[in-house]
Amino acid sequence: MALTMNTETLSTARDRRARLTRDAVGVLVILAVAVLGYLLFPNNLALLTRITAIALLVLSLDLVTGYCGVATLGHAALFGAGAYGAGIAAAHFGITDPIAMLAVGVVAGALAGLVSGAVVLRAHGLPQLVLSIAIIHLAHEAANKASGWTGGSDGLAGIMPDAVFGLYPFDLWGRTAYVFGIVLLIAAFVILRQIVRSPFGMLCRGIKQDPLRVRAMGASVHGTLIRMYAISGAVAGAGGALNALSTQVVGLDSLSFTLSAEALVMLVLGGTGSLYGALIGTLSFLWFEDVVSAANPFHWLTIVGALLIAVVLFAPKGLYGSLAALLERRGRTDR
Amino acid sequence: MNAIFDVRNLKRTFGGLAVTNDVSLSMAPGDRVALIGPNGAGKTTFVNLVTGNLLPNSGSVALGGEDVTRLGPTERVRRGLVRSFQVTRLFSEMTPEEHVALAILQREGRTGRMFASHRAMPDVMDEVHALLARLGIAHLARHRVSEIAYGQQRLLELALALALKPRVLLLDEPAAGVPQSDTARIEQAIADLPADLAVLMIEHDMDLVFRFARRVVVLAAGEIIFDGSPDAVTKDARVRQAYLGSYAYARSVA
Repeated sequence: MALTMNTETLSTARDRRARLTRDAVGVLVILAVAVLGYLLFPNNLALLTRITAIALLVLSLDLVTGYCGVATLGHAALFGAGAYGAGIAAAHFGITDPIAMLAVGVVAGALAGLVSGAVVLRAHGLPQLVLSIAIIHLAHEAANKASGWTGGSDGLAGIMPDAVFGLYPFDLWGRTAYVFGIVLLIAAFVILRQIVRSPFGMLCRGIKQDPLRVRAMGASVHGTLIRMYAISGAVAGAGGALNALSTQVVGLDSLSFTLSAEALVMLVLGGTGSLYGALIGTLSFLWFEDVVSAANPFHWLTIVGALLIAVVLFAPKGLYGSLAALLERRGRTDR
Repeated sequence: MNAIFDVRNLKRTFGGLAVTNDVSLSMAPGDRVALIGPNGAGKTTFVNLVTGNLLPNSGSVALGGEDVTRLGPTERVRRGLVRSFQVTRLFSEMTPEEHVALAILQREGRTGRMFASHRAMPDVMDEVHALLARLGIAHLARHRVSEIAYGQQRLLELALALALKPRVLLLDEPAAGVPQSDTARIEQAIADLPADLAVLMIEHDMDLVFRFARRVVVLAAGEIIFDGSPDAVTKDARVRQAYLGSYAYARSVA
């Protein structure tokens, strides 16, 4: 008995080390890509920061769609709530400390997550998708009408964030914003890795696969999903706040159906149900879009569309999902 | 009798048709009861009424003396009424280890935890492995469920139910669809269920019923037409007419 206990503890310790190693590798890869981007495109840091902000939105979408199986085309509402939250705090209430603005964005996103979760989770399947579309249109229209607060279609201007910790002002080249964004992305990645692996994350995966089974275990499906929606909102809100901080304007496009749909496309492109899939999907979509639109301003949308069809047909699990499945098969035949 | 599970005068109609009509059934801890009945007798409706997936028109369901008639399915599970499914319902992308860990954590109210992994909880992992070993599937702990054989999935289904530490266990055709070679293993697992657990098995396979049950309840057209010992059930004229008559071997018993 003592022996089995010992081997059990040993394997637990080995598991933990393996997990920490994998997380450390993930963080190092993000860091390496970020440094590479900084060195290769020093004049295009604004684009890289935008990719970072959108990556937070796609990670957030992955939490509810990839891990919980909720279909939504309205997820930009959470991103926009964070962006407008941080922007309005700065422009109207004089909260110009970047960390405080970020905190406001996170809270606004989480609240928007709670509200839209409460609505979207009333239905399943196609009706759920329709509800999510309704939400993003309502949010968009509300921001458009409340122009006293949001600047309406002109966008919310006059956002002047202070220097980060009073030391690093947001500069014209966007260096501070970029570093701020990468640190934020890594923090979110580390926290989300914990959450998706936790008992709570396991319960969410269970709900995605068979909610009836989860109920038969005595767990509350709705309560769990609402909590995940709030977490997802906080992450998307952080992305929105980052966007407000770096561009110093907030436009209606941050609350748009287009952004919601594009986020879903990026997630499917990278692979749902994996944080790496969300990151790879965002990076490849936005990078490809940038390259192709510069190379061929007339037909770039057609080319992006063709790429998507190719991925969905030939790599239905997405870029990362298909690669992971391939490696797993290889590993098995080698064994 | 000190009943752990007490169904009184349960009635449910669908468009004027009484699918469950005045059904009463009581069980004490340690009972081994088989519920049988021909197709369309109302067994599934009865299970749904008992588990809280359907509300009755009248009657009551009590667990350990507490009236749970108006409580939903999850509340009943938390009070110790656990069911297994006739067709296996498992998370195909997850491993047996994760399944059982999730059930244990849920039982202990720890599924809300976000910054811990079940693998770093020695108490949970010990229980997971003990339970999987008891059912003879410990060697599959880290395989994906979609990769393991159906008979072993049925055993995992039992492990899940046991991990919730039920007081009353409803087994809905636990050996359905399992190849002959694996049924012995499942029967053994059922024979080894905790002695103080009240078990109600819904089953078609009469051999299994007679080996398992110390009491047989026969449901026909929504009503209980027999409640007694396995020996007496084959001799009961109403039962034979309603049900056993269709089984060739019942004639040889008579």
